[in-house]
Amino acid sequence: MGFRSTDRYIASRDLEVAVNAAVTLQRPLLVKGEPGTGKTVLAHEVAQALGCRLIEWHIKSTTKAQQGLYEYDAVSRLRDGQLGDERVHDIANYIVRGKLWDAFAADEKIVVLIDEVDKADIEFPNDLLLELDRMQFFVYETRQTVTAKQRPVVIITSNNEKELPDAFLRRCFFHYIRFPDRETMERIVQAHYPDIRHDLAREALTVFFKVRDVPGLKKKPATSELLDWLKLLMVEDLPPEALRSTEKHVLIPPLHGALLKNEQDVHLFERLAFLSRRNG
Amino acid sequence: MFAPFILALRQASIPASITEYLALLGAMQAGVAEYSIEDFYYLSRAALVKDERHLDRFDRVFATYFRALETPEAPAPRDLPEEWLRRLAEKLLTPAEMAQVQALGGFEKLMETLRQRLAEQQGRHQGGSKWIGTAGTSPFGAYGYNPEGVRIGQAESRHRRAVKVWDKREFRDLDDAAELGSRTLKLALRRLRRFARQGAATELDLSGTVRATANNAGHLDLKLVAERHNAVKVLLLLDIGGSMDEHVRVCQDLFSAARSEFKHLEYYYFHNCPYERLWRSNHRRADSELPTEQVLRTYGPDYKLIFVGDASMSPYEITHPGGSVEHWNAEAGGVWLQRLTGHYRRSAWLNPLAAGRWEHSMSVGVLRHLMQGRMFAMTLAGIEEMTRELAR
Ligand SMILES: Nc1ncnc2c1ncn2[C@@H]1O[C@H](COP(=O)(O)OP(=O)(O)OP(=O)(O)O)[C@@H](O)[C@H]1O
Ligand SMILES: [Mg+2]
Repeated sequence: MGFRSTDRYIASRDLEVAVNAAVTLQRPLLVKGEPGTGKTVLAHEVAQALGCRLIEWHIKSTTKAQQGLYEYDAVSRLRDGQLGDERVHDIANYIVRGKLWDAFAADEKIVVLIDEVDKADIEFPNDLLLELDRMQFFVYETRQTVTAKQRPVVIITSNNEKELPDAFLRRCFFHYIRFPDRETMERIVQAHYPDIRHDLAREALTVFFKVRDVPGLKKKPATSELLDWLKLLMVEDLPPEALRSTEKHVLIPPLHGALLKNEQDVHLFERLAFLSRRNG
Repeated sequence: MFAPFILALRQASIPASITEYLALLGAMQAGVAEYSIEDFYYLSRAALVKDERHLDRFDRVFATYFRALETPEAPAPRDLPEEWLRRLAEKLLTPAEMAQVQALGGFEKLMETLRQRLAEQQGRHQGGSKWIGTAGTSPFGAYGYNPEGVRIGQAESRHRRAVKVWDKREFRDLDDAAELGSRTLKLALRRLRRFARQGAATELDLSGTVRATANNAGHLDLKLVAERHNAVKVLLLLDIGGSMDEHVRVCQDLFSAARSEFKHLEYYYFHNCPYERLWRSNHRRADSELPTEQVLRTYGPDYKLIFVGDASMSPYEITHPGGSVEHWNAEAGGVWLQRLTGHYRRSAWLNPLAAGRWEHSMSVGVLRHLMQGRMFAMTLAGIEEMTRELAR
């Protein structure tokens, strides 16, 4: 029963418990963690594990809570009115369903992903409190109450850009994805590239964790960067030795652009490597 | 019947509430943590902690708290001081919620299950799980009670009576602002929030729409003005060390609590007067030091700069090179202060020292002068005034 670590997605036991608690009690699960630690993918995996359809709602800074429920397209209606279209007489023609409505209307259980909730305005989570609690809302224009046929599983991710209101937090289960340790990371790599050369993976992971340790990086590379980088290394068919740095020299890893996406970080790194070579 | 574990968490400043506790009980009852005591730990963590910054605290409370399960020979039970309990509990539940807890079997039931699990587990492999018995400082602070000994309302009648009392006390707390200062803090927080929200609006650009619609031969063409977000950015520079510690904590808590309202909120520390270096973490001062210049470069003039400090020191610390008590400063503190206030368009100094005493301190006078009078008392009114100044 429930959600388990798979050979595609490596979930720690605490994550399994948190997911299953949220699913069982039908409360939202809030997932936080460094960027690229598998928050978004988690929702896909949960949907897969439960055999449910996934509805994804990606939040932007301009997203409003109401858009997840429905929007009233007044502009089209006005336009139709001016053009003398018959549709104009029924307001329902201009009610556009949002993602949550879609999820509520489904006959089967749905997994809803509300991705990067912290991107939105601070009021956003508060504006969804009641809807997520009761899984229902009212459409003023048509005087209709929409109630979830089956309470969906709601997974919410946050990158911590803004703090979330207490009232919202109280209703969620919470899981913080810790950055994977080396052993877990090996399993994640294995999950994505089962055919990768053993020694290449080993050397690459060593370099990867070393790069993460460089002080002052603006954006430490995470799982997603590691996976991208490994793919490049494999495509280029680099020998593992190319990754090994000698005692004295900090090596700039080949194709490091995949690991360090921030220009400042690349500079910082190159400078460090340069200094070490000069002093070495 | 009430959950002492939750109280212990709250005592450790983890804001777990009855809602979370009910979720935990519900999940236990639904069998989410059937298989092991670790699962129970994970489950209670997922249910009770909502902020990763609290996870470590949670672990410590958990360890201390459930050590009692491992050692049945716990010290003799004692009652907790009523006052302490009441204060914590009155925030937590209403009679209706109380009934809910009871309906789910309540805390005793939870402990009972745990004890069983633990016994099973110890039977299987000696030593039990990692978290049990893990040492940690007592989350009970000065009380140091063994949680096993916490006796709350075993007698139902007594308990019910107590709930009523708590209900009444809630109102009294509202009336009595001085008691804990919590009400004042809440109000101050509201002020800060209002400060942060200024200018947030989405609007239809009416005249633009009319113009565009006319251009469009009468067909509607909506124009919107770009929404302005909560754009307030704050840079807090906090005087740490010695007499200031307690005030700084209060102030920092206050701003942290309002953090969600700010677009950016940054902290740095200084001692007495800002000089050429600031630091980010007072525990790891050496590691986290950085040049004040860098802070100036990193945070643009649109940040609102707020100093928090009692401004009490020898005037030399402000006026003379080498005046710092801690190190040799090549440039006087005042020079640095002016560099900072020159860079930021809006700045203010928040002073926890009672305003009546400012007169008597020379250094306060000097700093006030350097701030061109923008020094405010750390009171409700002072914060209000400061936010008005900064929002100008
Ligand atoms: N535990 C894991 N098992 C398998 N793959 C993982 C795991 N964690 C991360 N990944 C992989 O890392 C990549 C990034 O994951 P994802 O996009 O879900 O991260 P995220 O936390 O949502 O990042 P962001 O905060 O940037 O949105 C994906 O390709 C995903 O497959
Ligand atoms: Mg993501």
